Amino acid sequence: MSARVEISINGRRLHVPEGISVAAAIARAGQPFRRSLRGEPRAPCCGMGVCFECRVGIDGRPHQRACMVNVCDGMRIDTDG
Amino acid sequence: MTSTYDLIVVGAGMIGAACAERASSEGMKVLVVEPGVVGGGVTAASMGHLVAVDGAPAELALAGYSETLWESLRDLPGSEYDRCGTLWVAADEADMGRISGMRGRLAAAGVTSEAVDAAQLRRLEPALAPSLAGGLLVASEGIVYPPAVARELLARACRLGAEIRRARAIALGDHALTLDDGERVQGTVLVATGAAVPELLPELPLRLRKGHLVITERHQGLIRHQLVQLHYADSAHGETDSVAFNVQPRPTGQILIGSSREYDRPDPGVSLPMVRRMLACAFAFVPALRHLQALRIWTGQRPASVDGLPYLGPVPTRRGVWVAAGHEGHGICTAPGSARLLVDRLLGRETALDMRPYDPARVLA
Amino acid sequence: MADAVHCDIVIVGAGPAGLAAAGVAAGSGASVVLLDANERAGGQVWRHDVEHTTPARIRRRIARARQSDRVRFMARTAVVAVEGNRLLLEQPQGGQWLSFGSLILATGARELLLPFPGWTLPGVTGAGGLQALAKQGWPLAGRRVVIAGSGPLLLAAAATARRHGAHVLGVFEQAVSMHRFAAGLWRWPGKAWQAAVLRGRLAGVPYRQGSVVTRARGDGQVREVDIDGPHGRERLACDLLGVGYGLVPDVRLAQMLGCRLERDGAHPRVAVDTHQRSSRPDVYAAGEACGIGGRDSAWLEGAIAACAAIGATSRWAALQRRRRHARAFAAHLHRHFALDARIRSLAERDTTICRCEDVPMAALDACDDARAAKLASRCGMGACQGRICGTALAELGRFMPENPRPPLFPVRLETLAVDPGQTPAS
Repeated sequence: MSARVEISINGRRLHVPEGISVAAAIARAGQPFRRSLRGEPRAPCCGMGVCFECRVGIDGRPHQRACMVNVCDGMRIDTDG
Repeated sequence: MTSTYDLIVVGAGMIGAACAERASSEGMKVLVVEPGVVGGGVTAASMGHLVAVDGAPAELALAGYSETLWESLRDLPGSEYDRCGTLWVAADEADMGRISGMRGRLAAAGVTSEAVDAAQLRRLEPALAPSLAGGLLVASEGIVYPPAVARELLARACRLGAEIRRARAIALGDHALTLDDGERVQGTVLVATGAAVPELLPELPLRLRKGHLVITERHQGLIRHQLVQLHYADSAHGETDSVAFNVQPRPTGQILIGSSREYDRPDPGVSLPMVRRMLACAFAFVPALRHLQALRIWTGQRPASVDGLPYLGPVPTRRGVWVAAGHEGHGICTAPGSARLLVDRLLGRETALDMRPYDPARVLA
Repeated sequence: MADAVHCDIVIVGAGPAGLAAAGVAAGSGASVVLLDANERAGGQVWRHDVEHTTPARIRRRIARARQSDRVRFMARTAVVAVEGNRLLLEQPQGGQWLSFGSLILATGARELLLPFPGWTLPGVTGAGGLQALAKQGWPLAGRRVVIAGSGPLLLAAAATARRHGAHVLGVFEQAVSMHRFAAGLWRWPGKAWQAAVLRGRLAGVPYRQGSVVTRARGDGQVREVDIDGPHGRERLACDLLGVGYGLVPDVRLAQMLGCRLERDGAHPRVAVDTHQRSSRPDVYAAGEACGIGGRDSAWLEGAIAACAAIGATSRWAALQRRRRHARAFAAHLHRHFALDARIRSLAERDTTICRCEDVPMAALDACDDARAAKLASRCGMGACQGRICGTALAELGRFMPENPRPPLFPVRLETLAVDPGQTPAS
């Protein structure tokens, strides 16, 4: 998996391997995922689209499950962590 | 085994809880009979809107009276009371023509409102479709979370000495009630069982109108007021299946979308064709709703009387039995007024409103 | 978007069961759609690993199943609602209706995640969850990982983590009869071999039985975990904790379709006959949705279901025998990994039970059923639609989840508004 794509996470641009998930990209960038209702930090838990803890904004669409979507070139990711 | 009470309230939904609380606060010895979850029936399915809907003077008067009383319930824990205001939306010039009459009728009921033109409408709610003609702003109105309000009112009643029996009422007697656990309790009975009223009072004409609601994910800031199209009043008073635009910004940041009305559909299942109609209507008013995510869809039944006014008062075909039911889609808003009128009448006092329009005798004499 | 409005055989889920079904159906001449919410086929057990090539054997199975001119594979597609024999599908580009002649449910399973103090900390995931995250590229190199909970999945997860460069500190299994489980494996040589391979891959990694993670600690991120074992308590510093208590069938779509479920424990499965037919004549179910049985029985059941759907019954007897043998392994597994009662009392009163709505266990005190809990506390009203808390509460013996209503997943309103139009109804 040597091909890389350029994405942005919370405004910061970075290059990540093609084929990884948005969740993996956020973790590699050391960025937070989201806050719970009470403000607790949360991150992916089930890894397979059931728990909805990994919700982030992708290309302007909010509430997308980061573990269910692979990165693609030019993707813009926004988290509210 | 029998016990005697001043008032036996059957049903702990919004109406029953409000009546129990009012009666207890007047020193009456109250028993509340409820087999299920408090506020778990019609109350749980409702939108929780505190809105005076244009209609007969008696309807508006009850709403206006209730809205004044809601002021003192604002701080109930968990009520999520939010004075977001109501914005009635006129789709076109024909709708705009109804605004001033509506404003006058609301004013007669003590509800202040302000006409807005198209430009003001856009400023108040940028998410509304640009083609809308204007509307009517009722800034004093708001929304609540009904199950919590019912629970809190019942808790207040208990602190004032009311008892709760977790049982089902199975038969009415002369100032008496038989429960499914075999117990017979004595006292004036107030039937407030919402959609189940016909089980105890089959002679009281009540029809159920099924409604659908959709709630979205959290999308803070899209709308600020609860929005209702003028046609909603026609839908509420109509005889056919219909939809009417009605959305609310909930305090959680979610958006609650209604409304639909169908007669004689006892099945609680979600009807996707009805949801599609309701959404198509909603998109016409707030196009951006298209892009929001729905989390849940549910249905509820609105208990409707024959004439759009609730039944509040003694049941002439029975002895010692009263009823508080048939509020259609306005039971949450008019609960405080219904409770106070009923309890005042029970205690032989003068009531704030003339109760003849709500008297069950009008359909049963 | 309006093509493929009707399809003879629709298969929901592209894990082993769905892929097997597609492979059989593809040869029949019927029109076949295979759909999955993920970007690629494989489900969980054959999930694509970004760092390691999928074994050729599996790649061949997937390719054979997908035979793209015979089977239309719809990726990133979720079923969100049902009307008769029509499914409302949502994809990133929009919604559409699809009607089916026969439907094969291969919706698989999800991991049983149970509440304990600290379970909501970032870095605490399921064990299968950690494996899934590893395969999708989660950074694990050099990270200290603890794997805990129950089931053979723990070993697979630990092996995957190690393969991705993690330093696996230990695998902590709550069951105590691993030797009896291992002793019985001779009946399934394939499984015995798999187990031996896994043990080899985990050489040097401590494996402890009778051990339970009781608490995760950290400041916005897991830093240490407390483990109760047969020799007392220990506290381990770690970067990631993958903890899961086995698998639970995913039956929500089956419920929405009106299929009968059966249950002999806390979690229902889809009831099927020996041809994998559900109580609804046009709906079949195969694999984990019919009860946790592993990939071998899933594959066989997918084939059986498709044979029944296309009316090809000649292979049934042979498939049946193999399926019974595979399911017997599932029973063996179930016996030896039964959950110890103390798992059910790990959560404290202030432990979050509903992660979506931040509801603590204490808020459910006076609630007798899921609906009462929802109305009193908002438990189950969030984005996961009660999947996590509902399953946990069933396992904890509190109450069963409510029946699902549409939408089956959070869905865009514009998708809900799509009219079935000319899509044929039954």
